[in-house]
Amino acid sequence: MVEDQPQLARIRDILDEVKDPEIPTISLIDLGVITEIDLKENGHVYVEMTPTFVGCPAMDYMKKSVEEKLNENGFSDFFVNVTLEKAWTTNNITEKGREGLKKHGLAPPPHLEKIVDIDILENVTCPYCNSDDTELQTPFGPTLCRSMHFCHNCKQAFEQFKPL
Amino acid sequence: MDNQAAIELLYKMADDDLIIGHRNSEWTGVGPILEEDISFSSMAQDKIGHSWGLYKILHQLGESEPDLVAFTRNAEQFHNCQMVEFPIGEYDFSLIRHFLFDYADYHRFEMLENSSLTGLAQLARKIKGEIKYHILHARTWMKNLGNSTDEAKERLQRSLDTLYPMALGIFEKSPYEDQLISDGVFGGEEALQTRWLDSIMEVLRLTDLNHTLDSAASPLIGGRMGKHTDHLQPLLDEMSEVVRTDPTAEW
Ligand SMILES: [Zn+2]
Repeated sequence: MVEDQPQLARIRDILDEVKDPEIPTISLIDLGVITEIDLKENGHVYVEMTPTFVGCPAMDYMKKSVEEKLNENGFSDFFVNVTLEKAWTTNNITEKGREGLKKHGLAPPPHLEKIVDIDILENVTCPYCNSDDTELQTPFGPTLCRSMHFCHNCKQAFEQFKPL
Repeated sequence: MDNQAAIELLYKMADDDLIIGHRNSEWTGVGPILEEDISFSSMAQDKIGHSWGLYKILHQLGESEPDLVAFTRNAEQFHNCQMVEFPIGEYDFSLIRHFLFDYADYHRFEMLENSSLTGLAQLARKIKGEIKYHILHARTWMKNLGNSTDEAKERLQRSLDTLYPMALGIFEKSPYEDQLISDGVFGGEEALQTRWLDSIMEVLRLTDLNHTLDSAASPLIGGRMGKHTDHLQPLLDEMSEVVRTDPTAEW
């Protein structure tokens, strides 16, 4: 860690502008995909990222976006490392991130202790009307991160960012 | 640690995931109902992603780049079990294959969570969380259809009888079995098969299907040693065709 806290905070703010390519209401920091931002004594910037799903097709794109953002803001000495060392789970999504998902019409995932059971996908709170009278349609949505549900109260289909 | 044993293990796992992934992606647009279409496509995408993760570890151990490994080898250089290379057939065939394969896949990654090969252990922890949804899917549909109409049950039973000996081929032992176990890389095919069978039986007991599996069934082996059916090479040709015609295609 470095003493230059204001500079580190600035980098954090800059990177907070990089949003999820599919969900523009959540930043990669709030999604928990950026797991570490560090500034070395010599000004070297180290960013660590981890994919939501191993086969996430957007990972390369997200890494590139982070690199471009740093470039645009005048940083040239940096390294963006994609690793599974700190594996992503939906518990990594911040409170602000959960709000961002809701804004996009996605039900945020429940907090997980450990084991995912079928039950956790039943009666998900509807992001439109907040009813719990909902039903799981399939644990596989249009992207790997999402499950599909139906709300009996407002009669609308919705998606959940599924717990992992 | 001699890498040869780990390399053999990684290849068979990666090839299994790559081939079943490509097979099941054939359901896109033709599934019996839209939800199932999406599910099979989504799981296929997961599987191909998992194979990529494994090929990357192989690359770190000195093997070629993932896309070279995936798209330029011939059938006899693949180590997938034969079960995964068969055409998708009818829905009941694909569902039973998915059920039998994914429980084995799940338990394999579960056993690898504590592998002495650190990169593999990390990947396994991540992948296990994803495959939970695959077995959840398999279990749900086995339960639904396995308790539904006589026709559905009959079809499932027939596919189960066909696929069970094929599934036993998943556990074909490698020449490095003892070494993998003593090095702490992997607990071995025998231990895996035991865990798998327990899970399979637990699900079958929730259905009206026959609960006694043929203990005398002879496993369909050879795949781990590069022996394959005539179904594999055309699939590989098709896969590399897509890559050749569109070099930017994302896999
Ligand atoms: Zn609603």
